[in-house]
Amino acid sequence: MIELIGHVLVLIGLVVSAVLVFWFKDLLAAALAAGLFSFLISLEFYILQAPDVAISQAAIGAGLTTAIFIIGIRATGRYEEGGS
Amino acid sequence: MSKIVRFCADMLYPAIVIFGLYVIMHGHITPGGGFQGGAVVATAAALIIVAYSYEEIQGMLSKFLLQIQESAGLVMFAGVALIAIGLGTTFFYNYLANSGLLFGMSVPFGPNPGELNTGGFLPLMNIAVGIEVWGGLAIVILYLLSGIPKEGT
Repeated sequence: MIELIGHVLVLIGLVVSAVLVFWFKDLLAAALAAGLFSFLISLEFYILQAPDVAISQAAIGAGLTTAIFIIGIRATGRYEEGGS
Repeated sequence: MSKIVRFCADMLYPAIVIFGLYVIMHGHITPGGGFQGGAVVATAAALIIVAYSYEEIQGMLSKFLLQIQESAGLVMFAGVALIAIGLGTTFFYNYLANSGLLFGMSVPFGPNPGELNTGGFLPLMNIAVGIEVWGGLAIVILYLLSGIPKEGT
C-alpha cells in the first residue's frame, strides 16, 4: 500500500514538473524544473527495480543536461522573449 | 554565480567524486559500473564548471589533461584486452579470474555480501571505462563553457 502511494505521488510529480517546464517564462527556472523531472523519473526507475538505469538517469539527465542548459542560458538571455 | 552557489559547489565536489569512484570500484558486485560511475564523477566536474567562470577554473580542469585522461582510458581498455593475446589465449580472455593474483579470488559459495577481490579483469575494465567517461563528459562541458564570451558570465 505504501509503495502504491509513493508510486502515485511520483507520477503526479512527473506530470506537474512537465507542465511547469512549459509554463515558466524564466528559462533558468524551466531548466531546473526539467532537472526535477529527470530526478523524479530516476526515482520511478528505482521503484520499478532498475537501479542501474536509475543511476544513469540521475547522473546524465539530472546532472549533465541541466548543466548544459544553464551554460546555454549564461551565454544567451535569461527570459523568454516574443510569442504570447 | 553567487557566493552561496560557489561555497556549496566546493563542499559537494569531494563527496560526489568519492561516491562516483565507489560506484566504479564496486561495479562488478553492485548496480552501476564504469559508465555510471564515470557519469557521476563528471557531474561533479560539471558542478564546478557551472559555478565558476572559465578563467577561474584554469588551474583545476584543463583541456589538455582531460584529453590525455580520455585517451589513457581507451588505451588501458584495449591494452588489458590485448594482454590476453600475448598470453596465448583469445582477445578479451579473462586471464585474471581464479588466478590468486589481483582481483583473482574465487567467488565464495552460497549467499554472501559480495567479495570485492573477485571478477578477474572486469574491475580493471570498469576502471578504464570510468576514467574514459569521466574525461569525455567533462571535456564536452568544458568546451561548451569556453565558448561563452567574457561579458556573458
